[in-house]
Amino acid sequence: MPDLGSYAAEVTAAYIGSIVLLLAIVGLSWRRYARVRAALDEVEKNG
Amino acid sequence: MSMWEYANPRLFMSWTRSVLPWTFGLAGVCLVVGLVWGFFFTPDDFRQGSTVKIIYLHVPSALMAINAWIMMLVASLIWVVRRHHVSALAARAAAPVGVVMTLIALWTGAVWGQPMWGTWWAWDPRLTSFLILFLFYLGYIALWEAIEDPDTAADLTAILCIVGSIFAILSRYAVFFWNQGLHQGASLSLDAEKNVADVFYYPLLVCIAGFVLLFVALVLMRTRTEIRARRIKALQARGQHA
Repeated sequence: MPDLGSYAAEVTAAYIGSIVLLLAIVGLSWRRYARVRAALDEVEKNG
Repeated sequence: MSMWEYANPRLFMSWTRSVLPWTFGLAGVCLVVGLVWGFFFTPDDFRQGSTVKIIYLHVPSALMAINAWIMMLVASLIWVVRRHHVSALAARAAAPVGVVMTLIALWTGAVWGQPMWGTWWAWDPRLTSFLILFLFYLGYIALWEAIEDPDTAADLTAILCIVGSIFAILSRYAVFFWNQGLHQGASLSLDAEKNVADVFYYPLLVCIAGFVLLFVALVLMRTRTEIRARRIKALQARGQHA
């Protein structure tokens, strides 16, 4: 861990907040991608 | 083959299936390398101290927040002019990614601003136009969700996108239009005198590449989802009429 000095809280908060947001958009996009793909397979199978 | 044929839904699904894993992979590599390089292996700035490390998140996200809207504008114009359904769906797919980029830029800007400017927020021209851009993103997504007929939704959101582009451009050039406010000019410049030092510049370039690639990968994946969702609706409607 680098020595972030007196700004450790700010720098860490910036990184954690941003990484959480990036992971959230990737995760939510992937979840909907998988759900819609499964739903289409189901509709095509029954259709 | 005309370039428009690549946007044919069937062909789009075919070429994006092979491109998508590579784009995600490259985005992941660039982001990990850029952020680890920037966070662990770059020195503090003589004035900003360690807060300079926030640049590796703030600059690429702000860049992508504006460019995502510009991409949506281009896709919306293609829809308006050519009635190309995939372009309308691509614009819709990009909006939530743009929201996240805008949120990251606002968050990292506030966290950096507190120790450097002494305030989390200021009604500075660039910050204010960025906040309005964020609200336009939310309005754009809400409008898509609110209208049932997809063509009408695409038409109305295209108009909203064209209007919102004023704020996307203002976010970029507000510092030049109003020579006031707290926000400094661009961190990246073709003029070496004005550019950040090389030790910050190279990891920043890698991070920018990572954010661009992640945006492209997410938009491709989300557009594929929108195309499939549209097909489900079409099949269900056909089944009801049969």
